[in-house]
Amino acid sequence: MTIRTTLTASLLALTAGMAAAQTDITVAIQLEPPNLDPTGGAAQAIDSVLYSNVFEGLTRFMADGSVVPGLAHSWDISEGGTVYTFNLREGVTFHDGTTMDAEDVKFSLDRARAEDSTNAQKGLFAGITDVTVVDPLTVQVTLDGPNGMFLFNMAWGDAVIVAPESIETIASNPIGTGAFVFDEWVQGDRIEMSRNESYWGDAPALESATFKFISDPTAAFAAVMAEDVDAFVGFPAPENLPQFEADPRFQVLSGNTEGETILAMNNGMAPFDNVLVRQAVSLAIDRDAIINGAMFGQGTPIGTHFAPHNPDYLDLLELSPHDPERARELLAEAGFPDGFTTTLKLPPPSYARRGGEIIASQLRAVGIETEITNVEWAQWLEEVFGNKDYGLTIVSHTEPMDIGIYANPDYYFQYGDPAFVAIMDELNATTDPEGRTALLHDAQRMISENYVNGYLFELAIATVAKAGLSGLWLNQPTASVDLTGVSWSN
Amino acid sequence: MGNRGLIFGAGLSAVFVLLAAVSFVWTPYQIETFDIAEKLQAPNGTHWLGTDHFGRDILSMIMLGARTSIAVAIVAVGIGIALGVPLGLWAAARKGSLLDEVIMRGNDLIFAFPSLVIAILITAIFGPSAVNAIIAIGIFNIPVFARLTRGAALSLWERDFILSARVCGKSALRISWEHILPNILNLLIVQGTIQFSLGILAEAALSYVGLGAQPPTASWGRMLADAQTLASLYPHVALVPGVTIVLAVLGLNLLGDALRDRLDPRLRGRQT
Repeated sequence: MTIRTTLTASLLALTAGMAAAQTDITVAIQLEPPNLDPTGGAAQAIDSVLYSNVFEGLTRFMADGSVVPGLAHSWDISEGGTVYTFNLREGVTFHDGTTMDAEDVKFSLDRARAEDSTNAQKGLFAGITDVTVVDPLTVQVTLDGPNGMFLFNMAWGDAVIVAPESIETIASNPIGTGAFVFDEWVQGDRIEMSRNESYWGDAPALESATFKFISDPTAAFAAVMAEDVDAFVGFPAPENLPQFEADPRFQVLSGNTEGETILAMNNGMAPFDNVLVRQAVSLAIDRDAIINGAMFGQGTPIGTHFAPHNPDYLDLLELSPHDPERARELLAEAGFPDGFTTTLKLPPPSYARRGGEIIASQLRAVGIETEITNVEWAQWLEEVFGNKDYGLTIVSHTEPMDIGIYANPDYYFQYGDPAFVAIMDELNATTDPEGRTALLHDAQRMISENYVNGYLFELAIATVAKAGLSGLWLNQPTASVDLTGVSWSN
Repeated sequence: MGNRGLIFGAGLSAVFVLLAAVSFVWTPYQIETFDIAEKLQAPNGTHWLGTDHFGRDILSMIMLGARTSIAVAIVAVGIGIALGVPLGLWAAARKGSLLDEVIMRGNDLIFAFPSLVIAILITAIFGPSAVNAIIAIGIFNIPVFARLTRGAALSLWERDFILSARVCGKSALRISWEHILPNILNLLIVQGTIQFSLGILAEAALSYVGLGAQPPTASWGRMLADAQTLASLYPHVALVPGVTIVLAVLGLNLLGDALRDRLDPRLRGRQT
């Protein structure tokens, strides 16, 4: 008996030992990238798959949101803050074997800021006036004025370094400098990558990785439960999380994102061009009910377009408390004593679809009727983002530090108040931290007092992973499923 | 068996019609305003069938959903009868003519399309709404009634009493209206009942994929879709609308079968 038990135990230990050798991972995310060029496409899914894994920039984001050296191991900033001299790492090669040097940096930055560039965040490069190659490992970037955000900007997925040799096919065959080499993209199903054996930095623990795309919440639940995937980053059904938490096979990581979820109002269109109407809408909203009802408690209420975990965040929730009585008065003041009817267009995520139904019921309570239309993302981008054909919509703005979008009068909610533009211009020219904080506070307060949009909550991100997995990002300071630090324990 | 089926089917159908009728004047709770704090309660004393993820009373939603289902099905069957029956009568009266061919091949054409796919196409083009769902479902009822009517009418046209009407000089239109239609009414009622249950099913299916009645209108299909990810933790939110749809369709099918046994002249002989 004892012998048999020992035998069984050692056999078990053996199989466990073999299981511990797992060096591959299957990660699921919700959306499939439309192409694989982070410097040419706006879709967040591109960065989710490729950021840090395949592509790297001069600087990079860490899991806690801090910006650290990337392909540049150090830099000098000139007196006055307009010239950045980057010292590049030695011996870095692209996956196709070509070396990464100052020419590639110049090529990447010039390409991104060019007139005909399709870069989704051209604003990141707006201040660059010149990029000069000093020697193969030194590159000098000249700005038109001091920019306190420059190193932060260079960490974005849109600012990664690409090579002229492989740029033609980057959208389908991405070649970067990262710790993983892109292998295959089976459209509609998965992307595969494997360890870069000649990586300049610490070799990752994983030998290969597969990204799967599962957009349907029910299918997502089934895939995780059946252990078809090892991790699901951005699990789409918050209502299922308690079940995973209670299951010893899984761990649930609840992190925050840079996603300010807002009820966007079309400031360029009546009646939302009237600040009283916008204030009425803001006061009609009950954030707690939305977070509880649509997100099952996942999310932090916000009173302005800024991430609450940012040290410069200003708590402005008191400007828009849930006050239906006052909302009705404001509507009457604005000339709508009987309310009005408007459109509410909802993209697919549950924060929008469920949140939208809740908001519709809250608006109905103050007399505003909404015609709900459920739209797919492509349709949303065309109708709402492009043609500005909407009254209200719900969307999460997941870019980090993106309050600057309010300075653009052509942005889909059409704000662009000159006073706000002035604040942003001043901010961009300010490098001292205290001055920046003060200006960021002004900016937050201004859009909140103008009730540009209804500010709902900071989107939470839930990652469901198998219990033995460690090293996945808890938060999403930028959209990324960084696998470089991921490993299997036990 | 026939009797029991009739009673059971008619009873079930009556319950749903009653639920829908009562919902016009009274529902246990309002569903327009959500009470998130009350969400996802299991069936209990205050909420007999529990509450959904927005804290809405599920019984109230079932009642209002019955109204949606019945309204969509009635109008869709109405479209089928209003257009299909005259077409069938017309084709029968002009049997063998080019017109007959055109009408019946047109019907075959509609019949050949997979109905749900066309319904999705229609709602995708014109936008999802209850009205478009009705039109989509209604279109596919046209050939059903047209074929039934033509077939039944053709055999009547051979009968002596029609011949005598023709000899008297009645026009084809009057014969169709005064002699043929009354004689095929039984068939139409039976088929209407069955199409009605199919209409309820189609409405639920379209709403389930988001192409039927839009929120805040209550719909059984959408309740089921909303419950999808919740079903493992809160089975009642999926079970209640699911069982409701099954019972409604079962009731109508039993009623249809029983009515067929009683009314269809082709089966009448077997009954006695």
